[in-house]
Amino acid sequence: MSERFTKGMARNIYYGGGMFFMLLFIGLTVDTVTAIPERENRDQLTAEVAHGKHLWEKNNCVGCHSLMGEGAYFAPELGNVFDRRGMGNEAAFKAYFGAWMKAMPTGVEGRRQMPQFNLSEEELNAMAEFLIWSSRIDTNDWPPNKEG
Amino acid sequence: MKYASQAVAKPYFAFAMLLFVGQILFGLILGTQYIIGDFLFPEIPFNVARMVHTNLLIVWLLFAFMGATYYLIPEETQTELWSPKLGYALFWIFAIAGVLTILGYLLVPYARLAELTGNDYFPTMGREFLEQPTITKVGIALVVVGFIFNILMTVLKGRKTVVNMVLITGLIGLAVFWLFAFYNPVSLVMDKYFWWWVVHLWVEGVWELILGAILAFILIKTTGVDREVVEKWLYLIIAMALISGILGTGHHYFFIGAPEYWLWIGSIFSAIEPLPFFMMMLFAFSMLRQRRREHPNKAAVTWAVGCTIMAFLGAGVWGFLHTLAPVNYYTHGTQLTAAHGHLAFFGAYAMIAMAIISYAWPKLHGRECSSPQAQRVEIWSCWVMSISMLAITLLLTWAGWIQIDLQRLPGDAGALGYMQTQDAIMHVYWMRLIAGIGFTVGLGMYLYSFVVARSTREQAPALAVAQ
Repeated sequence: MSERFTKGMARNIYYGGGMFFMLLFIGLTVDTVTAIPERENRDQLTAEVAHGKHLWEKNNCVGCHSLMGEGAYFAPELGNVFDRRGMGNEAAFKAYFGAWMKAMPTGVEGRRQMPQFNLSEEELNAMAEFLIWSSRIDTNDWPPNKEG
Repeated sequence: MKYASQAVAKPYFAFAMLLFVGQILFGLILGTQYIIGDFLFPEIPFNVARMVHTNLLIVWLLFAFMGATYYLIPEETQTELWSPKLGYALFWIFAIAGVLTILGYLLVPYARLAELTGNDYFPTMGREFLEQPTITKVGIALVVVGFIFNILMTVLKGRKTVVNMVLITGLIGLAVFWLFAFYNPVSLVMDKYFWWWVVHLWVEGVWELILGAILAFILIKTTGVDREVVEKWLYLIIAMALISGILGTGHHYFFIGAPEYWLWIGSIFSAIEPLPFFMMMLFAFSMLRQRRREHPNKAAVTWAVGCTIMAFLGAGVWGFLHTLAPVNYYTHGTQLTAAHGHLAFFGAYAMIAMAIISYAWPKLHGRECSSPQAQRVEIWSCWVMSISMLAITLLLTWAGWIQIDLQRLPGDAGALGYMQTQDAIMHVYWMRLIAGIGFTVGLGMYLYSFVVARSTREQAPALAVAQ
């Protein structure tokens, strides 16, 4: 590297650049945090939805599934499962979801198995509410199609 | 070893290697489950095996970073460690807490573990990579704070070099961003947004400072190039890492509910993210060309140079491949992400860990380097592991492409469902498993090189005490 470019200059770029972009990032974060309530419909974030998120975490669903594309890639995306399986009908989706959860594991030899989580009716309803709410988040039009 | 307290690094390195073996064994289980879906079900379901695989990775890298720090800080500061006792005590606390957590994952259902550890009172569990019980998370925070305190006290009483200042900045950043692991709001979008403050700002932020500092240390020692030159490079590399990496976080904000401007910011800044890795590669080759000595530890140099190449490929090239928003729209959450994750973690972090262990381990045992026979085995293991990991990456890329082609690109009517797509990938998953077995063989060779080093100890040059 050129002799005219000194260590001091490199250090200043590091401190100055690092600091500047961290501050910019924090500024953008403030703006994002202000925008999120509308994009996720926070007015519809009920106690049931919150309970559903808690159950989602407690049973480590993200260890196999993805949600808005994040998580494991061993099982289908669930951010849009309400649209895929419920066709946008809440009652139909809840019926489908409850029956699905109770039928697990399928026990089909050699196929991927989902454990039986023994959720109560009330818990199944909360999980379904969480997935319905999640499907309505403004994700900049992702996923590209209903298969997720 | 110039300072007696550098020996604190030994148990950290040894335990890191043990956990690495565990990580790879669980990787083989996962690779098998992708093919034989009910393999080990219900004893070890996929989510449990994956949690063990990823958590072991994170923890063994932390052990390796800590070991590296305990080894290089006394030499850089030219003083003994402030408290070796604290270093050993924290080792045992961290090791026991880590083993208990892994046993918890394996022995009880996850929901039961959450109940047993009081997750209902302070819920932080069940988020990718942050699956640890809240109490374990608190434990990690305390161990890291104790560790940083020990290092800070050492640096304060000793020589301050750019290497140890950058290293400690990286470690403090690691501790600060870990705090976001405790923030788990009911809003999923807020949760995801700040989850990345741990995950992204670690691996594409402060960990790069740690990586840069360790790499600089190894290059100073093995090439004998003037510190001024090395330090200038180090500053420039980490400057570019932060300038690109901080706003580069935006490439995770495309489709999780954050505003649209992240599509632009994330794309632009993460497109610059390969630059610091490219510079790291230039740095390593340039220092080697300007070397003023022939260091007898060829294995350590191989790992260090290999690390910069593989990190550039994994983090740089494979990262860029899917980082632009219009591309990521179709690739997000496919096996392509897994391809990038595997090569980036192995290249950047696993390899720098093995580089510093390769350099330090013989010195911690009174030798300048291992015998030529042992080094030969070790260098071979580096090649076998690197080629196997490249194969895994290429195969996962292929798997990702099939997924994108069948499941993502067609419209609603033509798109294949998730499970049918997985069936179409099966042959690729078989090849991936074979590459995984190849990697395991490489790891076996690596461990065997320590056995050879031990039995051919007398053929290795003794450590020059007076320098």
